[in-house]
Amino acid sequence: MSRKSALILSLALLATATLPSLAQDSSEHLVVYSGRSEGLIAPLLEQFVTETGITVDVRYGSTAEMAATILEEGENSPADLFIAQDAGALGALAAAGRLLPLPSDILERVPAAYRSPQNLWIGLSGRARVLAYNTTLVNEATLPASILDLASEAWAGRVGWAPTNGSFQAHITALRVLLGDDATRNWLAAMQANRTVAYDNNRAVLQAVIDGEIAAGLINHYYLYPFLDVNPALPVRLYYFPEGDAGSLINVAGVGIVNTTHQPGLSQRLILYLLGRSAQQYFATATYEYPLVDGVDPDPRLTPLNLIAAPVIDLSDLADLQTTLDMLAETGVLP
Amino acid sequence: MHYTDAIRQQTRRLREHSPAQRRLRAADLRSPLHIFAAVIVSLSLLPLGYLFLRATQAGTDSIAFLLSGRMLGVLANSLKLAAAVALSATVLGLLVAWLTTRTDIPLRRLWLVSGPLPLAIPSFIGAIAYIALLGPRGVIQQALSPLGIQELPSIYGFPGVWLVITLFTYPYVLLPVRAALLRLDPAQEETARSLGHSRWSVFWRVTLPQLRPAIGTGMLFTALYTLSDFGAVALLRYNTFTRAIFQQYTSSFDRTRAAVLALVLVALALTLITLERRLASSLRNYRAGGSSTLRQPPLVRLGWWRFPALVFLAALIGLGLIAPLAVLASWAAQAIHSGANPLYSALARPAANTAVISAVTAVLVSLTGLPLALLARQQWSPLGSWLVRLAYLGNSLPGLVIALALVFFAASYLPGLYQTFPILILGYAIRFLPLSIGATQSALAQVNPCYEEAGRSLGLPGWQVNVRVTLPLVRPGILGGAALVFLNVAKELPATLLLAPTGFKTLTTQIWSAQNEAQMSQVGVPALLLIATSALALSLILARDRGSEAG
Repeated sequence: MSRKSALILSLALLATATLPSLAQDSSEHLVVYSGRSEGLIAPLLEQFVTETGITVDVRYGSTAEMAATILEEGENSPADLFIAQDAGALGALAAAGRLLPLPSDILERVPAAYRSPQNLWIGLSGRARVLAYNTTLVNEATLPASILDLASEAWAGRVGWAPTNGSFQAHITALRVLLGDDATRNWLAAMQANRTVAYDNNRAVLQAVIDGEIAAGLINHYYLYPFLDVNPALPVRLYYFPEGDAGSLINVAGVGIVNTTHQPGLSQRLILYLLGRSAQQYFATATYEYPLVDGVDPDPRLTPLNLIAAPVIDLSDLADLQTTLDMLAETGVLP
Repeated sequence: MHYTDAIRQQTRRLREHSPAQRRLRAADLRSPLHIFAAVIVSLSLLPLGYLFLRATQAGTDSIAFLLSGRMLGVLANSLKLAAAVALSATVLGLLVAWLTTRTDIPLRRLWLVSGPLPLAIPSFIGAIAYIALLGPRGVIQQALSPLGIQELPSIYGFPGVWLVITLFTYPYVLLPVRAALLRLDPAQEETARSLGHSRWSVFWRVTLPQLRPAIGTGMLFTALYTLSDFGAVALLRYNTFTRAIFQQYTSSFDRTRAAVLALVLVALALTLITLERRLASSLRNYRAGGSSTLRQPPLVRLGWWRFPALVFLAALIGLGLIAPLAVLASWAAQAIHSGANPLYSALARPAANTAVISAVTAVLVSLTGLPLALLARQQWSPLGSWLVRLAYLGNSLPGLVIALALVFFAASYLPGLYQTFPILILGYAIRFLPLSIGATQSALAQVNPCYEEAGRSLGLPGWQVNVRVTLPLVRPGILGGAALVFLNVAKELPATLLLAPTGFKTLTTQIWSAQNEAQMSQVGVPALLLIATSALALSLILARDRGSEAG
């Protein structure tokens, strides 16, 4: 072998040897699987790292993807914590026995409606499902009393939604829990027949409402405020379906500790940090979500949580995503 | 042309009949080369075997799922797209190859060099750029709406995907066809002309038949590429198998269906390869004279035809190269201008990661490929040629499928390696090892055996002949293969998304997540960096190929 090839060979071996060390190795170390996007959660976690010296590695993906990954990994999962966009995924992991019970000093920080009844996960921030409508196209008096009315002739071709979005799918699961599978399937089919317009995500739905492409769209409440920050005069309002209608679901983004963790103590510290004042304040101001702990207020433009007539539901029951996905496919809502 | 040789070799290996049915020798099994090859091949096939197991767990449920109207639609979509892209890429590739080798087209050098360059743009980045250009809120729509054009035909769905994938894959036809055109013996065409055939009829009846193997290779490669492409179909929302697999993978809590769909995709890819083998074996081409014939036929005078020809080439390069680069450059300018993001610090790590992981994989894959290529050359070893043929399977498997299989396998059986670099590199290696073997093989084929015989006759033992005589002779081939692997790893998206260790970002995953979060200004700089790297690797490969052609 020529000297050059020997050199290349040794370089290669050296490189393979050093590569794994690029990944941090420390006893004060947490692995987080996050269904929340990097742009949103990374600054918070970086703050946590600076304050505590505990290093954190984060794997990002969609909420369902991360939940499926943990289920797939079984006993070999490297994840310590799972941060989810919606309670359904947490419910699925809880149902599979993959989450550790949380101590009461964590649990009691958040109202019971926004955490697991079995103490297996806890909400970090609240998000309301709303109907965003364009005030130049919709007269406030004609707004429907129920989400089910959006399948009526009056709304044909005027409503948008985001069927591939996790929050949307969780909302459909909630409809199934509240109204039953048959009623939900019929409504989905009726909406589809009513030429409801599908968009890629909540933001695109809202943009279409702003542009007047459609009159109204089903989204999460917080998407509106970044748009209002740029232009407070936008002709768009949020509508909360009244009287406990299934349309006004309040879901949470939350967190649970994976049962295969080697760091239950550190994991709890991270959760406490995320429920702390500064993190909750961050959710309120950076994402316009509802903080869930006492003493931290949401953005003043938001309708306060206690004024929303949300349906009463155990968020853990949103765990059966597969039936929802099948139903969406069956009715042609998902391609 | 090593680049095209790599492609051609891989198909040729698959179609070659095993050397006369010799019986398996006991010595075969003991030779270190064979043991090495057997280990490598089982490493690459094990995960697939596990994928199979995983899919069968679903039992009859999975069969019902596959036969549902929805999945049959997905199957039809995949086949339709692969066929359409293969056809359109062939037409474009043939035209460009012919115009740049056989005619007096003005600015010939420019077209010669720029023709293959769209290959440097990964198709998912092309798709991002085209959505920005032709999408519902795209540049073109905004320019046209004051003129009263309210809605362009949608970029989403079949036409958009067809356009985008064709634009970035036609070089896979262009390169082998151009090489074949340059190697054609002009005597046959001249003879046909002298027998009174028109130029057109000579093309159809003499030239084209001789190009068929090259065209077949290019078509197969574009069809395979289309079947396994993930980024472009996902972004342009066309429901093919890769998109359906990824959707099942990311949006469902149960992944059995993803495994079932992945197996179907494997079957499709293998069918395609077999089909091509059948076709190709009936299309052997013969020519008079040795390979030393480098005489080129006189150039066709285009006359007035040169204007439409120029418009065609300019449009093609404009669409396949200039337009996407312009979009990316404008985003990059935006990002640099705004200065709001710590652009350089955010990009340094992914860029370094891409460079390191691509280089390490290229070196490791080349080192692995060399013994396999040597083994394939040993005509007496049927076991060896079978092993190498099996190793070639990897390149027909979509990256998404390989990644899926490895995730399943490693999560269950190799927890120590799960989400680590070795698994990521293994995924790349399964997919790209054939490129390295192919390049080395075609270099080996050019080694005159008399050098090696001379070495042996001077008393060198076999392995020393390999190391001291053969290796230096094939080094350019190995390096070419390494450059190819580097290029492909740097561009790879789906396997990187699924297999990368937690926290490990590359340029492709960075671009993917920026576009997912609709932060287009952060797509520009990493995309341009990636394309520049690809273009560099590509031009190195092409320049060397041209050199070896002349010499």
